Formats: sequence, C-alpha cells, structure tokens
Amino acid sequence: MLIKFFHDLRKAGVPVSITEFLSLLEALQQRVAFCSAEEFYYLARLCLVKDERHFDRFDRVFAEHFAGAEKLFEKIVAEVPADWLKLMSERLLSEEERKKVQALGSWEELLETLRQRLKEQKERHEGGSKWVGTGGTSPFGSGGYHPEGVRIGTEGKRQRKAVKVWEQRDYRNFDDSVELGTRNLKLALRRLRKFAREGAADELDLGGTIEATARNAGWLDLKLVPERRNAVKVLLLLDVGGSMDDHIRVCEELFSAARTEFRHLEHYYFHNCIYESLWKDNRRRHAERTSMLELLRRFNPDYRVVIVGDATMSPYEIVQPGGSVEHWNAEAGSVWMQRLTAHFPRVAWLNPEPEERWDWTPSIRLVRELLGERMFPLTLAGLDRATAELRRRGSDGRAIAPPPPPLEGAPVGP
Amino acid sequence: MTDTRFAGTDEYIATPDLNMAVNAAITLARPLLIKGEPGTGKTRLAIEVAAALGRPLFEWHVKSTSKAQQGLYEYDAVSRLRDSQLGDARVGEIANYILKGKLWEAFDSAVQPVLLIDEIDKADIEFPNDLLRELDRMEFYVYETRELVKARHRPIIIITSNNEKELPDAFLRRCFFHYIRFPDAETMTRIVESHYPGLRRELLSEALAAFFKVREMPGLKKKPSTSELLDWIKLLLAEEIPPEALRSDDPKKAIPPLYGALLKNEQDVHLFEQLVFLNRRGGRA
Repeated sequence: MLIKFFHDLRKAGVPVSITEFLSLLEALQQRVAFCSAEEFYYLARLCLVKDERHFDRFDRVFAEHFAGAEKLFEKIVAEVPADWLKLMSERLLSEEERKKVQALGSWEELLETLRQRLKEQKERHEGGSKWVGTGGTSPFGSGGYHPEGVRIGTEGKRQRKAVKVWEQRDYRNFDDSVELGTRNLKLALRRLRKFAREGAADELDLGGTIEATARNAGWLDLKLVPERRNAVKVLLLLDVGGSMDDHIRVCEELFSAARTEFRHLEHYYFHNCIYESLWKDNRRRHAERTSMLELLRRFNPDYRVVIVGDATMSPYEIVQPGGSVEHWNAEAGSVWMQRLTAHFPRVAWLNPEPEERWDWTPSIRLVRELLGERMFPLTLAGLDRATAELRRRGSDGRAIAPPPPPLEGAPVGP
Repeated sequence: MTDTRFAGTDEYIATPDLNMAVNAAITLARPLLIKGEPGTGKTRLAIEVAAALGRPLFEWHVKSTSKAQQGLYEYDAVSRLRDSQLGDARVGEIANYILKGKLWEAFDSAVQPVLLIDEIDKADIEFPNDLLRELDRMEFYVYETRELVKARHRPIIIITSNNEKELPDAFLRRCFFHYIRFPDAETMTRIVESHYPGLRRELLSEALAAFFKVREMPGLKKKPSTSELLDWIKLLLAEEIPPEALRSDDPKKAIPPLYGALLKNEQDVHLFEQLVFLNRRGGRA
C-alpha cells in the first residue's frame, strides 16, 4: 500500500528516493509513530520531503491517499479493551490522576461513553464544534489524558483538530509554482540575492594563499575567491500600460524587491516593445525620454538586463517600422531588440503571463525568438531559472554556442 | 526507549511535529535538518534537547569562511615550522600539532553527545557535501597521523539552516528534514507563559493581539519573530506599561509603545507610521 503512495509522490513532483522510503519503513518498524494518523503524517513528511517547497504537494497526495485511513484508526480505538486501558493508565498517570479518573465512574462506563462519542463523530463528518475526543485517534493522544471525563487531550486544540493537519494546506504559499505575491516576496528576494553574491573566482585570497603556502612548506600556492565586493549591476526595463495594468502589483513588488537588493539598479519603462526611447518617469513619459542609443552607450556590457513585460501586442508592433501604437518609430522594434541583445550578453525576460499560454500569442513567440528563448515566467521557479541564466554566460561575455550538428555519415560514438 | 523521548522542556515549547522529528532522528540515528524563519528557536532546540536528555552539547557555529575540514581537525603547520626553527622537542611528533575540531570532540565523547551544526547554509556551497562520509559512517581519516577516528557513540546531530542557499541533494538524502513554522496564537501564548509565568492575562492577550497585527501588515521587510516578541514583553514589563495602552482605539496610540523591539529597520517603522496616518485619516473621512 505504501509503495503506491511512494509512486504517487514521485508523480506529483516530490523527489523521493528509495533510501528515504526505506528509512520511513524502518522508522515504522521501530514504532516511532504509533497508532495516530497525524503522527504518521509527520513521520512520513519528515522522512520523505526534504524541502518546504514540496510540503504542499505532499499534503495533497497524502490527503488523497489516506482519506479514509483515520476512520480505520478510530475503528481500532473503539474496540479498545478495558484491561488495556487500565494498563496504559498505570503507566502514564500519576496516583492522584488515577483517583480522579476513578471518581468519574468505572472504566467500563468511561469506555462506553468514549465509544458513543466516537460513533457520533463518524456520523457528524464536519462537526467542528463537537470534536470531543481522542486527540485524533488514540485515547492517549499527544496531549495526554485529561481526567475530565471524555474531553481528552489538551484544551483549546480541539478546534483545529476538526480538520486534518494535512488538509489545512498551510504550506501552499511555499510552493514555487505559485505566482508571486506579497508573502512569497521574501523567497523571491532570496533568489535575487543568490544572484548577487557569486561571480568568477578571480580575486586573490591573501589569507588562504599564505595558509596554503605554509602547508606546502614554502612552495607558493595561490588561492582565488569570487569577487564579492562588486555588487551586481542590473538594468531593469519594465513594460507599463495597456495589458500590463493587470500585473501592476506583481511588478511593483518585484521592483521594490530589486531596489532594496541591488546597489546598482537602473530602471526604465517602455510600452509593449522596446523602441528607440525609454523613460524613467511615467508622469513625464512624453516630455522626458532617454534614447536607446544613449542607454547602450552609458551602460557597459557588464550589466545584467532584466526585462519585465507580458510581450502581448500585435505582432506588427514588433516587426514593422511605424508599428508602435503610440508613436511613429523609424525602425522596427525587432531591430532595437537585436541591438539590445547584441550589446548586453546577459538578458532575461520575465513574463507575468503563465507559461502555458505563451504559445497562443504570436507576439510572445516572436519576442522569445528575438531573445534566444531567454523568457521566463514571473514565478519563483521562473526567477530561479532567470538568475541561473544570467549567471551562465561565459566570462568573456560571448554566448555559449550550441554544439555543431554531427556530419553526415560520421561514426557516432567511440 | 521511553527515556529518550523528547517533548519540549519547561522553557521550550515544542509542537508535536517537532517532537516527532526529534524522536525519529534519535531513534533512527539520522541527522536532523531544521529550517525556519529566523527567531523561531532553531538553535535553541539543540540546547534544549541536550538539556532534556542530559547529554553534553557540542556547538559548531558555521561561518561563511568555514571549511568542512575545520570541523574535523586542523593541522597547525605554522606552529610546527616555528617550533622546528626554535628547536622545540615536540616537533618530532606530528600529533602535537593536530587541533581537534568539533566533530572529533563529539566523536570522542564518553556518552552520546548532541552535536549542533548551526547555520550550515552560511558556508560555501560545497560545505555540506564535504561532510557526507562523516555524517554517514561517523568516522574520518586523519591523513597526517594515519589514524582512523571513529565515533564512540553516534552523536545526535542537529543541523540548522536559514534557507539562504540550496543544500545539495546528496546531503539532504541523509538527513531528516523539519520546517519550524511560525507558532500560531495558541502556541505563542504557551511560549510567552513559559518565559513569563506571572504575566497578567490582559497584558498577554493585548500584547499578542498587537504582535500578530504588526506581523500581518503588508509590505513589512522583516516580520517580528518569537524572540522579538519576548524581548518586547520584557520591555513592557520593565516600563510597566498597562494593557490599555496596547489597545489601539486611540488613534494617537495606534503604534504600540516600544515598537523598537518589534520593528527593526526604519523602512518598516516608516511604513507603519504611514499606515497609521492613513487609517486615521480614513477613519475621520
């Protein structure tokens, strides 16, 4: 039964390996989780899931699989024999507590009431207010035995227990395929930060060199570290107006996150596609503009360019001179895009539209081609890929060429 | 087996899933990796586990410059060079210059110890991978003295991470993983009560209400955490602020007093004041 659970987890995208599964089985054998559905849930999650981003997927698969399982546990409990109960009480309760329990009635009566309550529970499926009982499953649930009759378990926790822990989907926001929102911003920030601290190892580490040289008994051994002092320089180009109005909030959040993260951040706005001029201030976009050529002159190829836009427009706006909806542009948008990608080798386009819909819009396809497929969705996973891309380019700035196709008739392999 | 079950201590309230994690890690002798928001008690956990089980605690606080080798041992070559130049007799024996690291000390312990590796993600990205064999088999080879160091008792290893870097998969496979969620209102009450036993109920409920309201404010750069709440309550007690002052009916006092303990950077304070100002204006309009 658990093997199917294992396979379902893998299908859902939780990277579980066989070793982890075996360790779960070993833990079950050693009785770490004992007759409680919730404890089993915690144990399974502990053994199988190694990243909180996968918690939500785990919860969903678990809910599907073990939907009926807690009923099974309750059934077992309802058949609890009286002597077992007495034995457990002797082990777990102190002298006075036991006296209190006796005062309420004999063990048999207590057991009878317990059974009745459990039966009511099963019928009243969602009744949160009357969840008296067994702390989920065993009469000696995690809260311990509370000698107030049938109200077993710690006070106050009852409300929450009405819904199973894995059904609460508390970890939904940690799922990295979800769109960015205010709560995910912190995680997004961390992705961008990963971006800023690493670089090529080309700075001499004096302390390390001395130590290594000493170990070598005087032979010089140079140690290099990546440059950490230089903050990464980012040029952020944002699409405003029109169809981007739906995504204003996300872009604002991203923008404010980027502003606080990078010391050298320059931002400009454009509409729909990049033409010959951009602007810095949206209120004065018709009066004050910066020409694209000047931008290319001012910012050296060291800058990473991040373009945020939905690339949703009529294809004419990209390929035709004069295609822009706002003004007459002498050269087509695609020409400007090519100039941009030629000057800045590290470019990434972040698209707030979901990735599944990209193929339906021809303009998005066009832009992707112009960028060499460097378009990523504006989600946490997409940001991951974008930052990986922005770091991947070779140190001389040239694109990594794809391997040449094999010659006709040439032998394949050694 | 029952005497090694962990269930929190008087001063450290542990949720049931955390208890399960610690007990499973102890029973199956696997390292336990703990992640969570800062200030939720990750480092405290190891200290409390050691106290609860009565075991010695070895703490290894990892820095960004730490190397995995430093946890095992360090060979002090420079001292040896100096001693040889001074003609010290100890020079002949290389073992005199091997400085034991935290892991070695933990392996040498006479009873089963608790080893805390704190903030493992601060170090270089290959750091966790360098410790794989040691974590797996609890042994390592000292090249200089040609000796194999094995653990006398397999230590209980608790590793904390601040989630700043991705940890390598091979490392994650060998650990159990637990994420400490930020405590909800009820657990928070218990935590505060365990630290301040005589606290008046009104003050406690008002303080918690104000705290969760501050946490829920959108756009906060750094949300206040458990440790900040406890510090804030300490300040409130020290200044003898009455519970009524924490209730925000009066718009002038909408910012909780002594908010410096909760909001740690000026952007957040600024944001807070702006929201209060807007609310006040909205209320009047």
